[in-house]
Amino acid sequence: MENSNQEKSDFISFLKEKALWVRKETLNIHGIAPGTRLASSLSDVEIFVALYYGGILRFNPKDVYAEDRDRFIISKGHGAISLYPILADLDFFDKNELLKVSQPGSFLSDIPDNRIPGFETINGALGHGLGVASGIALGLKRKDSNAKVFVLMGDGELCEGAVWEALMFSGQHKLNNLILIIDNNKISMLDCCKNIIDLEPLEEKFSVFKWKAERIDGHDVGMVYQSLKNLKSDKGEYPKVLIADTIKGKGVQQLENNTLCHIKVLKKEEIIEAIKKLQ
Amino acid sequence: MNPETTKTMRDVLIEDIYKKMSGNERIFFLSADFGAPALDNLRRDFSDRFINVGIAEQNLVNISVGLALENYIVYAYAIAPFLTMRAYEQIRLNLSIATQIRPVNVNLVGVGAGVSYDVAGPTHHSLEDISLMRILPNMTVFSPSDWKLVEKFIDYSIDKKTPKYFRLDGKPLPSIYENINDLDFEKGFYELVNPPTGGPPTGGQKICLVSTGYPTQSALKAAKEINGVGVIDVFILKPLNEKLLFEALKKYDWIITLEEGFINNGGLDSLISKILYDNQSNIKLKRLGFTDKHIFDLGDRNYLHKLNDLDEESIINIIQNLKTA
Repeated sequence: MENSNQEKSDFISFLKEKALWVRKETLNIHGIAPGTRLASSLSDVEIFVALYYGGILRFNPKDVYAEDRDRFIISKGHGAISLYPILADLDFFDKNELLKVSQPGSFLSDIPDNRIPGFETINGALGHGLGVASGIALGLKRKDSNAKVFVLMGDGELCEGAVWEALMFSGQHKLNNLILIIDNNKISMLDCCKNIIDLEPLEEKFSVFKWKAERIDGHDVGMVYQSLKNLKSDKGEYPKVLIADTIKGKGVQQLENNTLCHIKVLKKEEIIEAIKKLQ
Repeated sequence: MNPETTKTMRDVLIEDIYKKMSGNERIFFLSADFGAPALDNLRRDFSDRFINVGIAEQNLVNISVGLALENYIVYAYAIAPFLTMRAYEQIRLNLSIATQIRPVNVNLVGVGAGVSYDVAGPTHHSLEDISLMRILPNMTVFSPSDWKLVEKFIDYSIDKKTPKYFRLDGKPLPSIYENINDLDFEKGFYELVNPPTGGPPTGGQKICLVSTGYPTQSALKAAKEINGVGVIDVFILKPLNEKLLFEALKKYDWIITLEEGFINNGGLDSLISKILYDNQSNIKLKRLGFTDKHIFDLGDRNYLHKLNDLDEESIINIIQNLKTA
């Protein structure tokens, strides 16, 4: 892909188009299932797109537990509605399922669970993903597997104490096959995170726990792709964290920078309007 | 008490797991900084598969789940109340809920059942764990009354890919099972003392002591003193064969449940009460255990049991009163 600038630019354009399409599809799903956490599912779109369409994550839709797959643990489960269209597009399940989210008989709910092909774990409760992922990473090391473990976590989730138990553990055990991505959208349910518990500067928190930390603009999909690619091949001996600075509700005017956007539900006409305005 | 047959359940478990780890590379043993004399060899000889996660029970459970998702068989070892209550959501989410879809083999080994840690006080007593673990779907709850059951359960636990809770006593106890080979963990209970045949010997009530864990030891002693009293040991509190258990219970007029746990709150007594109710039975039920108060009284285990009618002498008195009632 990187043999020429033109190819690279085409590839980035392709990722951008995918991100735009994912936002539209996510809005459509919200129209069907108004209980989905829309704003939380819009800040991490570029992260999902880079992982799945950028060739970062190794996966097999026909054998979801294939031994050589990379494990992806989505700790901020509620914010993964935007992954539904991606998984359908990549044939993890039928696209028609997207029209039935949270309807009787569907397996796609407001908050995803591990019935869904492509979801390794259930994470409706926050602060559990990193600990489980650390156990997986340790298990893979003992098997001499090359597979990597990616974790997506929200910054609000960092208030959970169990996260820090896992951070200490994975640093101590040098789980360098573990790559944590923080969707740093800076807002939790009731307020800006900094007004609740201010954890900045985040890089320093991680580095004192022996993690390698990097920070990027989480909506620059080219940068997200390049950073994840570098981190995946990084041979350093410690676990790695990518702090992706994002905007909660990215792309939707009613949500962006609204501290109460977490549980904001858009009306049908607002959804149509929002899709039109997306670019 | 015959010292040759007296052992601590955790030592029996660890020594046996040690042997299994030699032949089975899929077994991990994790501890939340909790030890045992028998653990020192295991820590030394299996340093790649023994992990001390530190005083962090929540992480103990989550790391165990992660390893188990990679098809390892994991034993997660900690003090019973901290394992079950500090890490309750980890257990609920990653063992009870998640395993309904994707089974894993995680064995939560809690040491210090009931008031094994008698004088350590209420923080170290474990009187809620039976109810808390029993309420969780997909969980197997193992509550042994002697070390032979523990030894027998290890093979079963390796083969059965489900989450399990081992409620182990903290003190050395004599063995009570003689013939261990006809035990059935799917059935979940064993009739240690059978009812008298041909009606009650004294013309009074037919009584059965139904017990789990350490109190089975006291129940057996009491039954030896009074002829004609049955004893049933319930060593799997979930899942167990309720139909067969009722078949055993219906031979009696009175059931006395005994447990080192809070009664009237979802423990063994609630299980028996539910079985009797479901079968529209007229069998009467008396529940022995700890009432709705934490225990600040100081004294050894027998003293705490005396205060709560769980000691051998109190059990005998209660039986005598019921017989003549």
